Amino acid sequence: MAKVKGAVVVDKEGCKGCSLCVEACPHDVLALHKEVNSKGYHYSFMENPDECIGCANCGVVCPDTCITIYRVKVS
Amino acid sequence: MDINEIIKPENLVYDKSAVLNDDVMHYCPGCTHGVVHKIMAELIEEMGLQEKTVGIAPVGCAVFAYNYIDIDWQEAAHGRAPAVATGVARLHPDNFVFTYQGDGDLASIGTAEIMHACNRGENILVIFINNGIYGMTGGQMAPTTLEGMVTSTTPNGRNVDLNGYPMKITNLIAQLPGTSYVTRQAAHTANAARKLKRSLKKAIQNVLDKKGTSFVEVVSTCNSGWKMTPVAANNWMTENMLPYYPLGDMKDSEKGEHSEN
Ligand SMILES: Cc1ncc(C[n+]2csc(CCOP(=O)(O)OP(=O)(O)O)c2C)c(N)n1
Ligand code: SF4
Ligand code: SF4
Ligand code: SF4
Ligand SMILES: [Mg+2]
Repeated sequence: MAKVKGAVVVDKEGCKGCSLCVEACPHDVLALHKEVNSKGYHYSFMENPDECIGCANCGVVCPDTCITIYRVKVS
Repeated sequence: MDINEIIKPENLVYDKSAVLNDDVMHYCPGCTHGVVHKIMAELIEEMGLQEKTVGIAPVGCAVFAYNYIDIDWQEAAHGRAPAVATGVARLHPDNFVFTYQGDGDLASIGTAEIMHACNRGENILVIFINNGIYGMTGGQMAPTTLEGMVTSTTPNGRNVDLNGYPMKITNLIAQLPGTSYVTRQAAHTANAARKLKRSLKKAIQNVLDKKGTSFVEVVSTCNSGWKMTPVAANNWMTENMLPYYPLGDMKDSEKGEHSEN
């Protein structure tokens, strides 16, 4: 059965740490990093990258458009 | 699977619109304005309208909208965006003209302008960001503030005997025959944002088809003004704003027809 795998790239410096992407992810892929970016925001990152399905929910809700999303079919 | 196998140009499914420029938005973290700007930029790109779109920016937190969406803009005095849009749309009928206004701008100081522009059926799109508060100036009560809601000017909560009732201005707009499409949407979840995008696409198409005024309310948050985290503000909005401002189309008809409701 064909499955999908996804991955996201977060613009670490653009992220404002609002956490809306973390809430929007149906697979608990994202979390806020314990480190901060140069503006002092805890930025979003893939804590559980294996779980990402590339659904783009995180990207759609990000007010600062910091997330780029990729998806592949795997068999 | 190694993520470098996935992160390749041919696998790209979601990326920043080329109509959004690289300026960092001044909005607070988690502010709904950013999501709505992004959706408009995507639609302007997808519908090939970058060269013919004129946005009218409000007074309010979105006053700097012209810094982010790479189209032509005109800033208007507080509440007067529909009057400016009228002039631009009448002089340039081949352009796509929209206003972008907060609830203080549209439902308070600008009530006369929005009512008459919609009543005349000006061929424009109105985007109405209802976050229940004056965000920009420090969280004062707006006409849309809910009963009992605490703001900097209603520290004990909005008292309807003193302050009047929260105004459902979109329902009033739907009564006006000049409007063809009137809807209330949100952007707090991925599903809501995708639905909002479909509504805005339809509204833009109506303007291109010269169907009169299309009006899209977005029930929004102002987490700074509400003094909550962005996630808590979304939850508060779902529990309190959406029952009073329910989502859905209020009118979808031809200009000149009266609304059912
Ligand atoms: C003529 C005039 N009166 C008052 C103001 C002060 N003022 C600036 S923004 C604003 C309200 C903004 O609220 P809203 O339209 O809801 O926008 P938000 O910031 O919430 O997005 C007010 C009263 C002004 N700039 N001009
Ligand atoms: S693409 Fe979907 S699954 Fe992947 S991180 Fe974003 S929301 Fe989660
Ligand atoms: S939604 Fe965007 S700005 Fe907010 S935490 Fe996620 S990546 Fe950062
Ligand atoms: S004050 Fe409110 S409306 Fe203004 S940018 Fe901040 S969260 Fe958004
Ligand atoms: Mg407001």
